[in-house]
Amino acid sequence: MFRLEARSSTPAWFNLALPLIAIAVTLVLCSGLIAVAGAGVLEAYGVMLSASLGDSYAITETLVRAAPMIFTGLAVAIAFRAKFWNIGAEGQLLAGAVAGCAVGAIPMPGYLAMLLMALAGAAAGAIVALVPATLRVKFKVDDVVSSLLLNSVIYYALMALIEGPWKDSFSGYPISPPIEDSANFPVLLEGTRLHLGVIVALIAAPLCWFLIARTTLGFRIRVTGENPEAARYGGINVKRVLLSTALLSGALAGLAGVGEVGGVHFQVMSDISPGYGYSGIVVAMLARLNPLGVVPAAIFLAAVMTGAEAMSRATGVPAFLSDVIQGTALLAMLVALLFTAYRIRRVGASA
Amino acid sequence: MSAVFEQIFQVGFLAAIIRIATPLAFATLGEMFSERAGVLNLGIEGIMLLSAMAGFTAASLSGSLWLGVLVAVLVGALMGAVHALFTVALGLSQHVCGIGVTLLSSGLAYFLYRLIFGQQSVPPSIKGFQPAPVALLSDIPIVGPAVFNQFTLVYLAIIAVPLAAFVLYRTPWGLSVRMVGENPRAADSAGVSVIATRFQAVILGGALMGLAGAFLAMAQFNAFTFGVVSGRGWVAIALVVFGRWDPWRSAGAALLFAFVDALQLRMQASGLGHIPYEAFLMLPFIFTIVAMAFMSRNAVAPSALLKPFRREER
Repeated sequence: MFRLEARSSTPAWFNLALPLIAIAVTLVLCSGLIAVAGAGVLEAYGVMLSASLGDSYAITETLVRAAPMIFTGLAVAIAFRAKFWNIGAEGQLLAGAVAGCAVGAIPMPGYLAMLLMALAGAAAGAIVALVPATLRVKFKVDDVVSSLLLNSVIYYALMALIEGPWKDSFSGYPISPPIEDSANFPVLLEGTRLHLGVIVALIAAPLCWFLIARTTLGFRIRVTGENPEAARYGGINVKRVLLSTALLSGALAGLAGVGEVGGVHFQVMSDISPGYGYSGIVVAMLARLNPLGVVPAAIFLAAVMTGAEAMSRATGVPAFLSDVIQGTALLAMLVALLFTAYRIRRVGASA
Repeated sequence: MSAVFEQIFQVGFLAAIIRIATPLAFATLGEMFSERAGVLNLGIEGIMLLSAMAGFTAASLSGSLWLGVLVAVLVGALMGAVHALFTVALGLSQHVCGIGVTLLSSGLAYFLYRLIFGQQSVPPSIKGFQPAPVALLSDIPIVGPAVFNQFTLVYLAIIAVPLAAFVLYRTPWGLSVRMVGENPRAADSAGVSVIATRFQAVILGGALMGLAGAFLAMAQFNAFTFGVVSGRGWVAIALVVFGRWDPWRSAGAALLFAFVDALQLRMQASGLGHIPYEAFLMLPFIFTIVAMAFMSRNAVAPSALLKPFRREER
């Protein structure tokens, strides 16, 4: 028999190695599926690696894909810190994309347009996130369920827009009109898609870390999440903290949508997000809810997504392997986290 | 207006409600058993999808619909066991594990489907379940054709509701489930194995979610598409809250939701003005959120919901 026993302290190296262990376990588990698909495991992973990080162009593509997941990862990490269970980053991202697109279509000087797009997108995401937070604070509605259901509502609202008023009357496709050329985010490296939004995402992570670790609001968020009773006793307005967290979290998720509109697609379509909102949960957990960890975690998932398409073309293994890897990585990380607080001890059969 | 009204409330309307409610009822009952034992299962959306895929594949390859149903139920139970392993045995966060199970299950469903059927321009379909009228009862006016000329799985759902209520409220096992969901410490003192009971309830829940997936793939759509579940699992979670963790009320909630959904379908078909059809698709979700705001005030969730149980910790 084995038993879980509480640890008194966790070795420092273990804390750092944790995500790597989880990722290694994930890759080993998923190699079974590659074998089932009839391809060589090392070959498949090799293709994934070289297609996502093998040359400078591949690296920029991976970074472009990582940007929205950095934002949604930060959104989830901050929300979960306060135990505001925001599973709605997907809908908040879509709302941000729609608002950003609406503003980007108005002719005005480029940098003003980008700034207003970011503000509008952040505001739209924040408003959407405020709904589950308000419902929880005022009506005790479970925020998990309401934020999940809102994803569907926002998705259909987006569809109604691009199949209705925004529909391209020329082609008849359900795609919004493009934003103004001047509002397109500048490309940082000639010949790549590396855009300004990627840099903003990379800067957002340390800013969020500073906010959580060094500011009063960050302190309140942490205390509220760790022990709401103690927070209340210590004079923290828990409800207000939850609402502030929701605003912040939703704004970050909204920025993910703005980045996709301004830097990648320049318009809104039904599949503007391949589930970046849900990937944000995986990213946040791999990062152990630490904003600084969000960057490498998002880059890892982005590399898996970018690489999976190349792997599929080269070996015939369905690219959906990247979805399986995400789910497995999330569960593996949770189990790994368990071992920071517990260790396995063998106990005698008689025990 | 009265013409629209008549078009909406046709004879087939009641039948449509029952058909839409069936997978929701299975899923809601499954989630309810799990939550009654203290385990939130956010894996439901993915479990339904993977079950639908597995059931469809089994039925399509073997030619037997009932074998497909059996496979879907087994896969649902298996994924329930996976969720229980993480949340009950290891005591990990139920929220995050559930999302993990959903991501993993839907990823596996898409991956394996593509592996087995390849990429086809027209998705493969099967000849799904056909209506099986019940003798005599189907002759009752209005109710007969609507309720008693349905798929066998619909009758199973109708029987499942009183059966679930009986199991939960009238059997020793049901008492154990309620105890470990309300007060695991007391249940443990009374000699009930909290871990085993929770495992059983989550696995039973997964099996019922599997039935829901089977219905979607083998009676409603007769094919596996990536949108075959499209949020029905999330709705079921809301319906459990709305139904106050009770089998009868949960089934009632499923019927009410199905009514709104069927109404939305009819309103779309009647081409009401220039309202975009997405507005109708949104309707059931908004309805559910608003309804939850009204219901949640005096909703009484099982006290130990979301709380892991470790015997040595007090």
